Amino acid sequence: MDWRGWAEIVFTIALTVAMGWPLGIFMARVWAGERTWLDPVLRPVEALAYAGFGIDRNKGQNWLGYAGAVLAFSAAGFVLLYLQLRFQNLLPLNPQGFDGLSPHLAFNTAVSFVTNTNWQSYAGEATMSHLSQMAGLTVHNFVSAGTGLAIAAAVARAFATDRGENLGNFWVDLTRTTLYVLLPLSIVTALVLVAAGVPQTLLANVEASTIEGAKQVISLFPAASQEAIKQWGTNGGGIFNVNSAHPFENPTPFTNLIEATSINALAFGTVIAFGRIAGARKEAKALIAVMIILVGAAAAAIYASETLTPQPAMIAAGITDAPSNMEGKEVRFGPAASSVWAAQTTGASNGSVNAMHGSFMPLGGGVAMFMIQLGEVLPGGVGSGLYGMVVMALLAVFVAGLMVGRTPEYLGKKVEAREIKFAMLAVLILPLAILGFSAIAAVLPVALEGLLNKGPHGLSEILYAYSSAAGNNGSAFAGLTANAPWWNTTLAIGMLLGRFAYIVPVLAIAGALAAKPKLQPTAGTLPSDSPLFVGLLIGIVLILGGLQFFPALALGPIVEHFQLLAAAASR
Amino acid sequence: MSMSFVKSGAIDRSVVTTALKSAFVKLDPRALTGNPVILATEVVAVLATVSAGVAIAGGLPASFPIQIAAWLWLTVLFANFAEAIAEGRGKAAADSLRATRVTTRAKLIIDAARNAIVPTPAHELVPGDVVLVEAGDVIPADGEIIEGVASVNEAAITGESAPVIRESGGDRSAVTGGTTVVSDWLKVKVTSQQGSSFLDRMIAMVEGADRRKTPNELALAVLLAGLTLVFLIAVVTLTGLGAFSGVTLDPMVLGALFVTLIPTTIGGLLSAVGIAGMDRLLKVNVLATSGRAVEAAGDVDTLLLDKTGTITFGNRMAVEVVPAPGVRPDAALRAALIASLADETPEGRSIVELARNQGVTAQAPAGATSIPFSAMTRQSGLDADGKSWRKGAVDAVIRSLDLSESQIPAELRQAVDRVARSGGTPLAVSENGALVGVIHLKDVVKPGVKDRFADLRRMGVRTVMITGDNPVTAAAIASEAGVDDFLAEATPEDKLRIIRTEQAKGRLVAMCGDGANDAPALAQADVGVAMQTGAQAAREAGNMVDLDSDPTKVLEIVEVGKQLLITRGALTTFSIANDVAKYFAIIPAMFVVALPSLGAMNIMGLSSPQSAILSAVIFNALVIVALIPLALRGVRYRAIGAAKLLSRNLTIYGIGGLIAPFVGIKLIDMIVAALKLA
Repeated sequence: MDWRGWAEIVFTIALTVAMGWPLGIFMARVWAGERTWLDPVLRPVEALAYAGFGIDRNKGQNWLGYAGAVLAFSAAGFVLLYLQLRFQNLLPLNPQGFDGLSPHLAFNTAVSFVTNTNWQSYAGEATMSHLSQMAGLTVHNFVSAGTGLAIAAAVARAFATDRGENLGNFWVDLTRTTLYVLLPLSIVTALVLVAAGVPQTLLANVEASTIEGAKQVISLFPAASQEAIKQWGTNGGGIFNVNSAHPFENPTPFTNLIEATSINALAFGTVIAFGRIAGARKEAKALIAVMIILVGAAAAAIYASETLTPQPAMIAAGITDAPSNMEGKEVRFGPAASSVWAAQTTGASNGSVNAMHGSFMPLGGGVAMFMIQLGEVLPGGVGSGLYGMVVMALLAVFVAGLMVGRTPEYLGKKVEAREIKFAMLAVLILPLAILGFSAIAAVLPVALEGLLNKGPHGLSEILYAYSSAAGNNGSAFAGLTANAPWWNTTLAIGMLLGRFAYIVPVLAIAGALAAKPKLQPTAGTLPSDSPLFVGLLIGIVLILGGLQFFPALALGPIVEHFQLLAAAASR
Repeated sequence: MSMSFVKSGAIDRSVVTTALKSAFVKLDPRALTGNPVILATEVVAVLATVSAGVAIAGGLPASFPIQIAAWLWLTVLFANFAEAIAEGRGKAAADSLRATRVTTRAKLIIDAARNAIVPTPAHELVPGDVVLVEAGDVIPADGEIIEGVASVNEAAITGESAPVIRESGGDRSAVTGGTTVVSDWLKVKVTSQQGSSFLDRMIAMVEGADRRKTPNELALAVLLAGLTLVFLIAVVTLTGLGAFSGVTLDPMVLGALFVTLIPTTIGGLLSAVGIAGMDRLLKVNVLATSGRAVEAAGDVDTLLLDKTGTITFGNRMAVEVVPAPGVRPDAALRAALIASLADETPEGRSIVELARNQGVTAQAPAGATSIPFSAMTRQSGLDADGKSWRKGAVDAVIRSLDLSESQIPAELRQAVDRVARSGGTPLAVSENGALVGVIHLKDVVKPGVKDRFADLRRMGVRTVMITGDNPVTAAAIASEAGVDDFLAEATPEDKLRIIRTEQAKGRLVAMCGDGANDAPALAQADVGVAMQTGAQAAREAGNMVDLDSDPTKVLEIVEVGKQLLITRGALTTFSIANDVAKYFAIIPAMFVVALPSLGAMNIMGLSSPQSAILSAVIFNALVIVALIPLALRGVRYRAIGAAKLLSRNLTIYGIGGLIAPFVGIKLIDMIVAALKLA
């Protein structure tokens, strides 16, 4: 632990927010259908898309219509992707000649990419054809992110609406966000990454001679383009199995900085855009403050854990001034860059990694897992982080707002039984999917076959896997071999629950809020832009998440940590 | 303030006894269906009892399971007791009301022309019947006076023993069944069906017979049920996770963990808080027809206030006498005083009062004739020994003195203008045919009103004054009283309109009124407070009735509403914050045998795993009892603005809720260990 490490963490987060801010302002214009400087190029494309699909861009949808469109779109995307993966051997652009995926792997992978999770039960370089990568997975990297952003736009409009039901048009929101925000960002980022040394080619592989004279076949892919959208869209699914730890995905500290900042920038931007559309700019800043504080705290905690916790193996080897825990970390990144990335990727439902979380010290890995369990709202996936945080804010306002002597309201909308009902439904999904499946897997022999470790670390692998699935994160505690029917199926169900069993209540809340009168704040209204509110929301996020997962974490990373301390002390 | 039905302060012994009994009656699970948190606790208590029984039957050590089971039952009983004691206080008030509902025989008039009367039991009366009520009779049913004037003792419903005048026509024509005619007689047309009279409704309200959950209560119940489910998942899944970790979990301990985590504190006190809110309103002699109205009161954004009676005393009062040029001030005051000696109106008396306060006195000259006010002359005064004193409307006095506009001294003309501009009423005074001065009659704003409006503003409540005065007068009084807005020359229709406009902006409106023409506005308002002395239509239209008929009561009603919501929020926050400490007590205790290193989490240093679990369960039960007084009394409301209020309550109930159980559980653990209970 040194000041350079801390500076690196602070700089990365600060740069992320600084990038997100103007993006949010731009995205608000896109959501509002206003003119942008990209119009000359993209307007015609947009018009063509509407004409092609018969979309009336001026026709609004109520929450049911919006939710219906989201579900229909995702279902269609799932079916197509499933078929494509299942039968990729019959399709072109398969230079390595890979087989079609097994039914359970195709199911898991299709769900994974449609839900913006990008959990990968497979090693990309040894499984996926070029066509599957480009026309299958990458397409969903865009549209699943676009779907999340579209829902955020709908939620923002709900707060701006006074006794209405129009949440916007999903097809328009999806088209515009993908065209005007995600595509340009990805193109620019991909070019920068190519310039910085990330490959972008359709060649199958290169052959290299190692220093020992051995021949090595190294797979090649159009990596830069997927790398860009994988980060911006909080997808996280790498082309290579080791994700952004692979030198072709993330060759230098410079690419690492670009990729790290692009994990969270758009999620911060979503909050800014939300504030503009909902007419709540100050309140949006409060939400951003909550996110910065918690993701910063997580980065700090992981960094401290990786650099300060005694390592029994080192002690056993007689190394007294043990360096930081470097197991599973890339030397070119080091503990600070790995820690801040871990916090950002788990706070964001991204799931790309530049170090192996399963090799972190117990508390470091535990913090990463806890970030996912907090509901992926720090700052969360693109779109999903915003609406998840809004649900948290509604709960915070509901409990604490009563304490100012009024029935609670948030951003001028009263929070009543209907909103609380749907908010609690949404909140229930995570413990149900994470703890429910974990508890079964923990005693099911067929599940335990995939486990590398026994004891607390093994439990952490299980917990992390289901947390990652339900949180639509996609990262894993390496050590779990998930490409088996039980894991593929249950993880896919977890992903579906975490995505759609959350989206539908959120849109129902949006519908209920839109129908309510927009109230003006008075001196008696709970201020939702003050430091006090920031503290309150942090408290609610931590306590709500902590209370749900504390017992499970106690049996995983926490006990592992104490065991490790005891082991270190006994040396 | 008059006496009220609810004895403040100490809770009656009989109420406690009854509540203890009904705490057991409420163990019936059917009674708990509306309260999932406590129902869940009861289910766990049953399971714990069975498990303790199995341990006893198996000859195993049973002290721990027996104690856990007992404390779980106590948790349910304490919650039931809290609700019962809140209900009990209402029931006591209802009983005193019921005692006044005697079975009277009504004098039913069957032939109005010949005044033919048939004695009929009161409960056989139907709306439309006309009854005769004479001195000493109890009025048999709610109704409208169609003939007669009488003084009526309404102590039965208001607690106020001074009789009030009730007469046919106008806003004083409503009578309430159960009240007694003290003098004279009335012919009353029955308006209410038996069983739905005002008194019946009052009894039902006070008893909470058809208490339905209010919208906010409903939302909170959903939240609590959701949290209960979350904790159910967290605890049940521990069996699987524990098995993987080689931990054998005692179902009894899991049950204890579950009960301590679910929000039993607020779950147990929620309905008591609601009932206590109604009760506090009753204490200030206001009856709400629904809990929903009380809750809405806390949310009020705009308060419509009638100027007269609420903001001002309702009578204009003399504040100064401006002398004419050449007239000594005390001479002018003395002339005003003599002109007012025979005037029994509040204005006249205020002039006498003003003179006395300034040390000017006068006796009516012997043989004086009083000249009463008439609509023609618009002045009044005294004549004696050829001398005359008059006071009256400025133009009327001037005309009777045969003065022209230009003959009035400029000083007096300016004084008249000044008085009118300030919202007052000028009266001219003449003595023996000469103009001697101008009296300044002022609408006097009640003392303290301005401060209360400032409080309301800090609560975020906007005040709007409604008056029939002209805009000049209205503006002057509005600024003096410190209201946020006013409506001058208002008609009853204007009230309705202004309520609708405010509501269209999404604001909640409160108002009070007593006239029949207030009824539509009272019905439209979110909180409509009718005066008990008011018209029957008004009393039926409002959702609250003020038995003291004091329009300033609205302010107290708003505070009670806020207090109710604050109490709910505070207890919920406290309840959830408590869970952190319970984890630190129970989690290490559950796992420490199999995973000794988790002993590091026992930061409270609890003496043994069993003691830790038992202490957490005991704390969880006792905290309900400890908070019953707070639930009944309510968290105090302070008009310090939302931000400060939140920070204050968050500190007390949030941070306090985090810390308190660490201390409490540790103390209980020390006792449990000392007594060797576990």
